[in-house]
Amino acid sequence: MQADAWFFWIFAIVLAVSAFAVIIARNPVHSVLFLILSFVCAAGLFLLMGAEFLAMILVVVYVGAVAVLFLFVVMLLDVDFARLRQGFVEYLPQGLLIALIVAIELIYVVSGLGPSGRAAAAATPEGTLANTAALGEVLYTRYFYFFQAAGMILLTAMIGAIVLTLHHKPGVRRQDVGAQVGRPDSVEVRKVASRAGI
Amino acid sequence: MGIGLNHYLALAAIVFTIGVAGIILNHKNIIIILMSVELILLSVNINLVAFSSYSGDLTGQAFALFILTVAAAEAAIGLAILVAYYRNRHSIAVEDINSLKG
Repeated sequence: MQADAWFFWIFAIVLAVSAFAVIIARNPVHSVLFLILSFVCAAGLFLLMGAEFLAMILVVVYVGAVAVLFLFVVMLLDVDFARLRQGFVEYLPQGLLIALIVAIELIYVVSGLGPSGRAAAAATPEGTLANTAALGEVLYTRYFYFFQAAGMILLTAMIGAIVLTLHHKPGVRRQDVGAQVGRPDSVEVRKVASRAGI
Repeated sequence: MGIGLNHYLALAAIVFTIGVAGIILNHKNIIIILMSVELILLSVNINLVAFSSYSGDLTGQAFALFILTVAAAEAAIGLAILVAYYRNRHSIAVEDINSLKG
């Protein structure tokens, strides 16, 4: 087997196993860590497919931001996770049945696609441009408005997350600059005689 | 045996299935449900990048980038709602989140 086939199998198997571990782990912290492992494996697969930019984005955004956000929330909330697992075994048959049906359908569809050609080397139509540059050329020209819309979505998400989670605890004394300066006797204008002082 | 498009699509199908099973099995734990949704979106991205790579068209990768954006926004807002909910009710069990149920 060639090297890329070896890497594909390694990444694919680790991805599938860690994705499975995400949903069956007892401790949610372990779930998040397995989620990170599956994202890293997916980034490796993206590299194999020639999508270098998306691979790096996956590592930076997902592993660096989203997974850490999950970890933060899991550790922040003091939740009795044993109680949340109660229905696990009792729903196991239905879950596995539905999973099996979905998997069979999807793989049936996929296997009917006919002969799979060899990868068209890199996904760059020009062939000379690097993946990141080619993606940028597509993104900033043909999909420019969608790109702007994505920025607006991120802005909305940021503002929404801040509005949802920011709250001022009552009873805490905070500095109110406006009230300080607005006191009637705090600031006044005086006419000071020259070389005399106040 | 070379690695073809089918291999990637089958892998994405398996990850998608695991995500769906995770939603059903952990139907009480909303954090695991959110992680399962992330897995499903990841499998969709694998599909898109595989098609993009094997057809030599960058549109799939641009679309995968938008999906990453939306997934990140969804995770941020979902977890913010979770934190706000926990602050008010001291529980995030899905079965306790039924205030709107008549």
